[in-house]
Order: sequence, then C-alpha cells, then structure tokens
Amino acid sequence: MQPDDLSFIFLNAFIINNFVLAFFLGLCPFLGVSAKLDTAWNMGLATMFVMLVSSLCAYGVNMLLVEFNLEFLRLICYIAVIASAVQLVEITIKKLSPAMFRALGIFLPLITTNCAILGLALFQTFKEYNFLQCLAYSAGAGAGFTLALMLMAGLRVKLDLADVPSISQGSAISFMLAGILSLTFMGFAGLGGH
Amino acid sequence: MADLPHKTTPITLDTFLRGLWKENPVFVMLLGLCPALAVTNTTFNALGMGLATLFVLVCSSALVSLLRDYIPKQVRIASYIVIIATFVTIVDYGIHAISLELYNALGAFIQLIVANCVILGRAESYASKNRVTKSIINAAGMGFGFTFALLCLGSVREILGSGTLLGYPLFGESFQPWVVMVLPPGGFFVIGTWLLLFAWLKERKQRKITRQEEAARATG
Repeated sequence: MQPDDLSFIFLNAFIINNFVLAFFLGLCPFLGVSAKLDTAWNMGLATMFVMLVSSLCAYGVNMLLVEFNLEFLRLICYIAVIASAVQLVEITIKKLSPAMFRALGIFLPLITTNCAILGLALFQTFKEYNFLQCLAYSAGAGAGFTLALMLMAGLRVKLDLADVPSISQGSAISFMLAGILSLTFMGFAGLGGH
Repeated sequence: MADLPHKTTPITLDTFLRGLWKENPVFVMLLGLCPALAVTNTTFNALGMGLATLFVLVCSSALVSLLRDYIPKQVRIASYIVIIATFVTIVDYGIHAISLELYNALGAFIQLIVANCVILGRAESYASKNRVTKSIINAAGMGFGFTFALLCLGSVREILGSGTLLGYPLFGESFQPWVVMVLPPGGFFVIGTWLLLFAWLKERKQRKITRQEEAARATG
C-alpha cells in the first residue's frame, strides 16, 4: 500500500493513528458518553456523519481561502463551518427520523465542541489531501471514533460489575482502562507510519 | 444587566485561587483533556501550551465580559467562539514568530485551543455574568490551574519517559527510559495515577474529619 492510497488513508485514521487513542482528540464525549453501549453507538454515528459533512465543507472553504490569500481566517471559518454542519445535521435528523433525534438529545449540539472534528479539518489541511482522500480520511476518523467509543462502553459495562477500590472509582479507573486500550492500539503501529 | 447582583460580592483571593486548586480544570472538572494529554510529553511543551491557553483564556474572558451587555442571548455561543478563535489565531502566529521549535512540537494543537472546553466554559459561566476585572482574575486563576496541571503531567512523563527535566539529564548513563510514558498510553496512565493520588488524599482528609467528630462526640 502507498501512503496516498485511499485504503491506506482510511486504515490509518481508523486504527493506526486512532483519533481518540493516539491523538487524544474527542476525549470529552469518549469519557462522558461511554457509559452505555447504545448511546455510544448513536453518538458515534452522529459524530461520523458530522465529520463527513464538515470535512467536505472545510475542503471547499480552504480552497476558497487559498484562492483569495486569506489563510489567516482559516480557523474562524472552520469553526463556523462545523457549527453550521452540526446545525444542518440536527435539522435533517429531526425531519427524517424524530425517534433518533429524541434518542440523541443533548449530544447532538455538543458535537460542535468536539475537538476531533476541528482536528480532522486541520489535519487534512496540513496533509494537503485532495477531495477523495479527504473523504476517506474523514470516514476512517469517524469509524475509528465509533470503534473506540464502543470498545470503551463495552469495557465500562463490565467494569460496573467489578470490585475496584473505592478511591479509584469513576474517572481514575476509566483513564487506566483507556491507557490499556491505547497500548493495545499501539500494536497496529507496525502497519504504517503517520 | 447582570452587573447588579454581583456588585455586592467583592473580589477576594478565592476568585483567583478557586481555579488553581479547588476547581482545577483538568484534575477536578476533567475539562480540556485533549491538550492536557496530547502535548505533555515534555515539560517545555506543557509550559508553552499552558501559557498559550492562559493568554487566550484571559483575553477572551476580558472581551466577553466587556461585551456581555451587547451580545444577544441567542447567538452568544457563536459569538464567544469567534472571539476565542480570534485570540487563538493571534497566539498561533505569535508562537510561530517567537519559537519555531515550540510551534512544530505543538503542531495543530495550538489551533485546537479553540475547541478547549475550559475557555468556552469560562466565557459562558463566568465572564458573561461578571465585571471585567473579576473575570480577568478568575480566568487567570483557571489558566494558572491549567498550566499547573499540564506541568504535573509533563514533568512526570518527561522524567520517566526520557530521564530528563526541561532537557537536562537527571539520571546517569545506566537509566533505561520508560518509552511508553512519552507515547499516548503514558498520558492516560499518568493522569489516572494523579487522579488516584488526589482521591486518596481527599479520602484520608475525610476520614480524619469523621474520626475527629467521633472523638468530639465521645468526650462531649
């Protein structure tokens, strides 16, 4: 596989350099929404969708900014694009499937402050990906986020039954778990570079 | 409009100290974890990141507090984000000009300060309701608390992971560095251990208080 291959870019963002476990992006929902499996799944899907939309919009916006020599406005534009993408997704889901809209609840608007999405837009700009590569990269990143969230949720469901010391209950043991998960994902590092 | 009820509460030392320890953004509120874990593989990076965040936090809190009567409630979050993004852009170009080494080490994480929930949280819950000086002092406390937490993580990771502190070797030649500590899993392990330590201290203090109460009840 070449580093520019679409399949490589997808795999890279999916497992080798997983956004949550290797770049620490999107940790707030990772720790906040991973208590139950079904909320984790819904959150993962919604994030993945916002990632796809905002990544494509960010690609277009960046092209415009480069065209007019306005790169210093990039950050402000990206944040605005992401906020609008989240709003768009919210309206679409509300129209198409009110049941899913109710299930996601407050998590939908909170996606705006998820740094994984802004991180994705910034990284794809630094790596100078073309349109298709951006698509593969954002799909991989979204799938990777969902995977990490589901794994963590599965572990924490088991953890509820475990008898851990009282001082390590809550966030401390979750961080330890995330560390072990991240250690496991380092095993994929041999598959490719950055 | 939000000025009146707060005019009576004076600025105390607590306004500053609260963010430093009692409501430490990283260790107590678990906010802003992305930069806290991602760039703390050396003490120098941790310090740079902490100070950059401190600057953005203080400036954006001041501006939000100044404009608090003029920003309509419906678009406040968007306005705060634009204000924060402006200061982050300034910091981004500033660091680029001052230290290219630091700029390359921190990479995209300087721009990701925008998505740091500590800053938006301060703007929403404090600066939009309080006077300018008070917001600045509170934001500075939070910023120093954040820097302190980053230094806690960064120094431990650097000492264990590469055997140095701020680049100076601490141990002899025979020291075998724990490479895992500078890699991503180390970040999770170190913050987990710090949280364990704080939880243990808190529980010990709690136990001491209950024992004193019991003793007082026994004598009284």
